[in-house]
Amino acid sequence: MEIVHVYRKLRSKFGRQSLFSDRPAELLVDVHTDQSLGHQFIQKSQRDQDLQACRDMSEHQVNTKRFESDSCGLNHEEGGWPKDVNPQEMEQTIRFRKKVEKDEIYINGILQLGSVMDHCIRQNNAVDIYPDYCEDQDQEEDYQEPPSAKTINVFRDPNELKRTVTGLSWHPDGGRKLAAAYCCLEFQKTSRDMSPDSYIWDIENPNRPEMTLKPASPLVCLEYNPKDCHTLVGGSYNGQIAYWDTRRGSQPVEVSSVEHSHRDPVYKIIWLQSKTGTDAFSASTDGQVLWWDVRRLSEPTERLVLDPNREGNLDRALGAISLDFESTMPTKFMVGTEEGLVVSCNRKAKTPSEKIVCTYDGHQGPVYALQRNPFFPKNFLTVGDWTARIWSEDIKESSIMWTKYQMSYLTDACWSPVRPSVFFTVKMDGILDVWDILFKQNDPTLSLKVCDEALYSLRLHETGRLVACGSQRGGATLLEINSGLSTLQKNEKSLLAAMFERETKREKILEARQREIRLKERSRSEQSRDEDGGREDQNQNQLMVRAEDHFYLVTETETKRRRDNQIRGPGPEPESDSEREPGPEPESELESRPGPAAVF
Amino acid sequence: MAEVEETLKRIQGQNGVQGIIIVNSEGIPVKTTLDNPSTVQYAGLIHQLVMKARSTIRDIDPQNDLTFLRIRSKKNEIMIAPDKDYFLIVIQNPSD
Repeated sequence: MEIVHVYRKLRSKFGRQSLFSDRPAELLVDVHTDQSLGHQFIQKSQRDQDLQACRDMSEHQVNTKRFESDSCGLNHEEGGWPKDVNPQEMEQTIRFRKKVEKDEIYINGILQLGSVMDHCIRQNNAVDIYPDYCEDQDQEEDYQEPPSAKTINVFRDPNELKRTVTGLSWHPDGGRKLAAAYCCLEFQKTSRDMSPDSYIWDIENPNRPEMTLKPASPLVCLEYNPKDCHTLVGGSYNGQIAYWDTRRGSQPVEVSSVEHSHRDPVYKIIWLQSKTGTDAFSASTDGQVLWWDVRRLSEPTERLVLDPNREGNLDRALGAISLDFESTMPTKFMVGTEEGLVVSCNRKAKTPSEKIVCTYDGHQGPVYALQRNPFFPKNFLTVGDWTARIWSEDIKESSIMWTKYQMSYLTDACWSPVRPSVFFTVKMDGILDVWDILFKQNDPTLSLKVCDEALYSLRLHETGRLVACGSQRGGATLLEINSGLSTLQKNEKSLLAAMFERETKREKILEARQREIRLKERSRSEQSRDEDGGREDQNQNQLMVRAEDHFYLVTETETKRRRDNQIRGPGPEPESDSEREPGPEPESELESRPGPAAVF
Repeated sequence: MAEVEETLKRIQGQNGVQGIIIVNSEGIPVKTTLDNPSTVQYAGLIHQLVMKARSTIRDIDPQNDLTFLRIRSKKNEIMIAPDKDYFLIVIQNPSD
């Protein structure tokens, strides 16, 4: 069957008929070559040029607006029942079920399914068909893959006005959450619109903070209670300490009273090991270290003034910027100050003056970070000015190891909790450095540019694999380090112990030598002071006599010359000669004079 | 009818079997050995999963069809035998 479609159109609608006719070809234009024009051009050497006859394309990159997705659960209610059966009615459902059970299809189907199912169940019982075959094989020794780290997530400050991430703390129970304290530390740069909130982030969700903490004044530091994962304590910019319970909401449960708190921003607060698990201590640049019991924040339980003269004088106290507390040594703690001194203190001293045990003078700038090595508590790491230094408790004169002066200021550092020889530092140019002192001492083993702005804080997860660092523009970056840098190597502890021993010994020897030299100098200077007293006078007289002689000599020669000149008549030569003569003499005199003086 | 009962009893008697549910094509649990709320939950969720799995297999190859589905989790294993109109769900705790 032919499918035909017929349509009609009026002839007149086609328009005028075109009348074509043939015509011979006609030359319209003939342009001859003009050789003279050729002289205006230079003949190019032959070269290959590929052509392609295709459409011009250009490449563009487009970034769409961020799509925010939220996952939530669905509530499944009973459904699917036919219209006449009410699922709530027991009788109706039972009746329905009985009806189904009598169905032929049902019986056949179930018998068949039953046999299939039986087979699988028996299979399961006979053999574990999903065994872990590779469990026994040891991990091949890490074929030395280069150290690397990759960014997992970036948590950005949701507010318009970005504040610096000044403090970070991992959730103590597994670390699925990160608490970050936001505060603008630049002097008088906080505007009225800046929100004082700090956030707790779930590391899986960088789009929105899991919880907001709303203090009265922005928080400079924030710590989770290692014993109780729901409580946090934070030190704020106005010197108050606030205590939160995440189960009770965003407002602090209790805030310390303004009169008894610090008078400067609280730069560091650490939880203490105590039976009740509610003690914390804080340090601030007003020169005080205060101990608190978080159940009663109205008043600190203890106070220490960091006066280097041990007088408890607040005016002369050193401002504290960092604190370190190691739970294995509960009575000792260390404070890093703004003046570059590290003060080691003993909490259980009898008198306040004995609380400050000793000081270590290390840096030319504030000591921004201070931490004991978790494996070798006698050695601690400090960071300040442009270097990071490792100290031994016994050597007070200088650090035992230090990095060379870096290009930019170091702002924070911490040891790796799994590898004793690895530590991390962050700098003001946005670089995170990973140092492995067993591998390379001059340079960081791995140097990563995390962001363009300065990095201010750093915190490692207890597994040692995740690093969180906070930047000036409110971005907290989460990085994962490769396993080479986060697994304990064999012999590492002993090698590192040997290294620390060696460096400590070197410093001790240097210290001893220094002391010797100083003693010698002192004794020598005491001796020579008596002798020198006499010798000095003698020399002075001699010098005076010599100067007088020289003066008379010069004047005599000059007057003689003038007399001769008057007789002879003026002439250039003798003048210049005579001028030159006394010239070298005083110089030689001068040369000899500093000689005896240099002995002093 | 009696054979069905016998089959189910046999399955229930196997080692490690925690529960059996028979669900029809609409998702209504027809027979179950678990309590009502769990049954309803299993029935609804697994019904959706089986539909999805079946459509996946069919999409890849229209001649193919789903014959069995095993979901192993940390705590137990859920085995689903689908049929045209019904499916049989067995929750087993593998003893090894």
